[in-house]
Amino acid sequence: MTTTTVHDNLIPPSERAEPGPSYLSDGHTVASWLLTKDHKRIAILYLVSITFMFMLGGFFAFMMRLELLTPQGDLLTSDTYNKFFTMHGLIMVFFFLIPSIPATLGNFLLPLMIGAKDLAFPRINLLSWYLYIIGAGFGLFVVLFGGVDTGWTFYTPFSTQYSNTWVIPITLAAFIVGFSSILTGLNFVVTTHKMRAPGMTWFRLPLFVWSMYATSLVMMLATPVLGITLMLLIIERTLRVGIFDPALGGDPILFQHMFWFYSHPAVYIMILPGMGVISEVIAAFSRKRIYGYRFVAFSSLAIAFLGFLVWAHHLLVAGISIYSAMIFSFLSFLVAIPSAVKVFNWTATLYRGSISLDTPMLYALGFLGFFLVGGLTGLFLAALGLDVHVHDTYFVIAHFHYIMVGGAVMAYFAGLHFWWPKISGRLYPEFWGRLAAMVTFVGFNLTFFPQFVLGYLGMPRRYHAYVPEFQVLNVMSTAGATVLGVGYALPLFYLLWSLKYGKIAGKNPWEAVGLEWETSSPPPTQNFTETPVVTWEAYQRNLPEVLIERG
Amino acid sequence: MSEVELHGEHQHPHLQHHFEDLGQQHVTVTLGMWAFLATEILFFGGFFFAYTLYRHAYPEAWTIGAHHNNITLGTINTAVLICSSLTMAMGVYFSQLGRRKPLVNSILATIFLGLVFVIIKGVEYAEHVREGFFPGVLFTYSGPEARHVELFMVFYFGMTALHALHMLVGFGILTWLVIRAQQGWYSAEYYGPVEVVGLYWHFVDIVWIFLFPLLYLINRHG
Amino acid sequence: MNDFPLFPRQASTIAVDIDRIYIALVLLCGLTALAIVVTIIVLAFKYRRSAVGAYSPEVSAPFWLEYIWTTVPFFIFMGIFFWGAWVYFRAYRVPEDATDVYAVGKQWMWKFQHEGGQSEINDLHVPVGRPIRMIMASEDVIHSFFIPEFRIHRDVIPSRYSFVWFQATKAGKYHLFCSQYCGTDHSKMIGTVYAMEPEDYQNWLSGGVKGSATEEGEKLFQSLACITCHTGDSSGRGPVLAGLFGTTVMLSDGQRVKADENYLRESILNSTAKVVAGFQPIMPNFQGQVDEQKLIYLIAYIKAMKAPDLNPGAGQQTPTGRGSANPLVTVPKEPGQPGTNSAGGSMTTVPAASPPPATPARTSTASPGSPQE
Repeated sequence: MTTTTVHDNLIPPSERAEPGPSYLSDGHTVASWLLTKDHKRIAILYLVSITFMFMLGGFFAFMMRLELLTPQGDLLTSDTYNKFFTMHGLIMVFFFLIPSIPATLGNFLLPLMIGAKDLAFPRINLLSWYLYIIGAGFGLFVVLFGGVDTGWTFYTPFSTQYSNTWVIPITLAAFIVGFSSILTGLNFVVTTHKMRAPGMTWFRLPLFVWSMYATSLVMMLATPVLGITLMLLIIERTLRVGIFDPALGGDPILFQHMFWFYSHPAVYIMILPGMGVISEVIAAFSRKRIYGYRFVAFSSLAIAFLGFLVWAHHLLVAGISIYSAMIFSFLSFLVAIPSAVKVFNWTATLYRGSISLDTPMLYALGFLGFFLVGGLTGLFLAALGLDVHVHDTYFVIAHFHYIMVGGAVMAYFAGLHFWWPKISGRLYPEFWGRLAAMVTFVGFNLTFFPQFVLGYLGMPRRYHAYVPEFQVLNVMSTAGATVLGVGYALPLFYLLWSLKYGKIAGKNPWEAVGLEWETSSPPPTQNFTETPVVTWEAYQRNLPEVLIERG
Repeated sequence: MSEVELHGEHQHPHLQHHFEDLGQQHVTVTLGMWAFLATEILFFGGFFFAYTLYRHAYPEAWTIGAHHNNITLGTINTAVLICSSLTMAMGVYFSQLGRRKPLVNSILATIFLGLVFVIIKGVEYAEHVREGFFPGVLFTYSGPEARHVELFMVFYFGMTALHALHMLVGFGILTWLVIRAQQGWYSAEYYGPVEVVGLYWHFVDIVWIFLFPLLYLINRHG
Repeated sequence: MNDFPLFPRQASTIAVDIDRIYIALVLLCGLTALAIVVTIIVLAFKYRRSAVGAYSPEVSAPFWLEYIWTTVPFFIFMGIFFWGAWVYFRAYRVPEDATDVYAVGKQWMWKFQHEGGQSEINDLHVPVGRPIRMIMASEDVIHSFFIPEFRIHRDVIPSRYSFVWFQATKAGKYHLFCSQYCGTDHSKMIGTVYAMEPEDYQNWLSGGVKGSATEEGEKLFQSLACITCHTGDSSGRGPVLAGLFGTTVMLSDGQRVKADENYLRESILNSTAKVVAGFQPIMPNFQGQVDEQKLIYLIAYIKAMKAPDLNPGAGQQTPTGRGSANPLVTVPKEPGQPGTNSAGGSMTTVPAASPPPATPARTSTASPGSPQE
């Protein structure tokens, strides 16, 4: 409550009035949205689409948790359950997590942060969104007309020769949405290279831009391999030839290698942008330059690079040789180091800061907790001997949900709350924001922490019914999922409410540093009235205006 | 639009609103194409990787499959495609000089040679299908290593069809380029699109230069 | 606490190693996480913003701190890496004296075949205190063989054998799960492992019903007419199979391969793949004619084919020998001990790892559609 009054005092009276002309007021027709080339409007299009997909994927998750309340598997049939976890995975990975931060916050902020008027290729940016929608169309078709039951990993020969569900439409969906993400990545890379404002050198870039750059490289270079893999899968399924089917001379393990060559880096597509958001939020709410800026920046690139070299740790019990297992285990430990470096630097940034625990900061601190647990349990999985036991159990489920839901989704919410005033021009009610952050934190831990224990006890993943001794932990997990669901639903209500009733935000409600806070909220279509010239370092706080505001 | 006023003075008609000047636009678009080609390399790379693996596993079948291909048509097609690269390069050259007519003619020649390539490819495809070498139900070859020869043909059709698809996309872009060139869009000051399309066309050529030996020339020596 | 266990029971030799590394990591990571979380909380409250517009001083980063927290984790990680790798070696390196049990996974059941005796479905009886090697294949999709109480885990893949071993330490009943998603009833592809005291196990084994795997294999060897070419002496058009298992075979393309289960399997199903030096590729492919179960019989029989005079007293081998119930079986596990498996009876010498001049040649055929000759 106090914070909002604080901000009110800081906003000069001239800015307290209704926002001036902005990208939001630049046309109100449907066509002005659907044919827009403005990166900010495209970001909003994505925001609406992925929110819908998030709810759909969340529905499937919740049904799964309900089913697992009892060991007998009496709520859904096994086939339905199999379809639900498959569609949960596919929707959450391809249609929510991968586009989540890059396509919404990244799209909105990247040009603003580097002082550009738009992305390098605005038309391609719009095309990306349409590709996403076409892919999502295929996905929804599958959801509505019977589903698919291969698991999101499409392992052969099950997916090519045994499944009787809509495998080809859903692989096409993933294929198409893959191109959306390739084009987004390409756009970001070129934009970062060529569209920076005068004076915006590489080491003056906000860390969010660094992490988006690393993410984009992964998107560009890993996704095509997924595309070709899915194409081979479609060929095998239509022509009944043996590319991956051993009965026809193919190699099912080859599919796993090619699939994970994309899908492991894809994990970094999901978490790297989150790390960028956290760097921004921690810097803003500690009012400090991020400790070890260059280390944090380069650790993003290191993660992107090493992320390409660890895929076969998904195959440690599939029969790869002991020596290749050792190499991939070694590299998996290496990729943990840059992540550790980031955590240490974020923690050190708090030291002697001026910290306020506003909603985005609460989400960010929650992220730190989840990412710690997720990252450290990653070490368990990278340790070869231990992986033999926990591979494909709920331990793995818990681990990657701590990273991808605990990490990436918390960061997404942190970013959404942090930049919401910039996007909408309005402030959301701070009390509800903090409440949602804390409910999410509690609910998430309750949902997924028991799953570590379940996994070590030996409950395999993708089980529709289970042996009775696992029930207590499963009930805990389902209870947690209910709380988590409330935590995720709350922002939907108060953020929408704030669009109409929220306080006017002013251009820099958090007193954060960065070019995006130099323009009005919401920004004008051209982003800046004149091209900014950057003369200061990233997060440097002794800017003239800031000094004035400090009073 | 408002951006025109913002840029004021000598606004080039083909400068897009979000670039400062033509130089920035040119390097940006060029980098964009290079980045796109990098993704293409990985796209084809997945195919090449699987191809290599199975070639190692089934060397005899690969030899049988490659010997089945029509090397004469393959060689002609290689020559045709290299010529089309030449005409494309000439197009870029003329666009830099701002010479409209030769530019249009070069691109038209490129399209023509590309079409010749695709037609010859179609003839080859028809031949394969007739002889029962199309994978799936149409596959009737029953000689030695039939199942693995079928796998070879999967790679043959998959890779050449993906390549041909790139050619078809290329025709679309080249046609658009011809129309724009005729309208006099390109000049010594502004020739970026021609250069970028040229990059793409050369890439498609280079892919074929790799495909030809991999699919036609295995164990042809001796 | 029995209702709310945190660990599965430790019922195999490897379980102790895996639990040890797990507990060590829980402690290490738990304390690290706790330390960082406490630091964050303390800092967040100690330096919370006291006044409007308060700014923090710029603290320039001492670089040595960065180097410390880059290198220290590296060395800790390397420690975990080597420990984990060592356990992995132990978990997958099969002891030489292990008893073989065959497993076939299919949607959605497990079939087991004891080399010397009976077959079972979804139940697996094993003796305590003796290493067991599972030879596993799938008839359809990928499955995974997972016994939490034993802490062992291995994918079961169609068209090739994969192996895993364990040695039970406690008699009891344990869960066997399929942990690789395999379709509709994946979650019902659950079996029970009965670890029995050795005497009980012997009783159980000898209480078996029909013929052993090797006997079934012998019948198949006749009925599939394998015997017409693999006559057992140098006059045959196919190589001699007795004593072949475990040796190294010279192929027609000059490569050498070890005659293990996967080699036998491939040579039966797809005989063109590896043709033995000195033989013609005339053997028909049996892909599609021999299912996983028959394949097990055949392989068990070929493994058991042994020069009779080498070691007549099979009974002495009972405690540790593989397939003890079968008098034929005394096949040495590893090659590289030429003395044990060379020569005998009708065979010419088969020294392991040396180019076999005439003998262990095998046959193969070229075309699938031509079961010629």
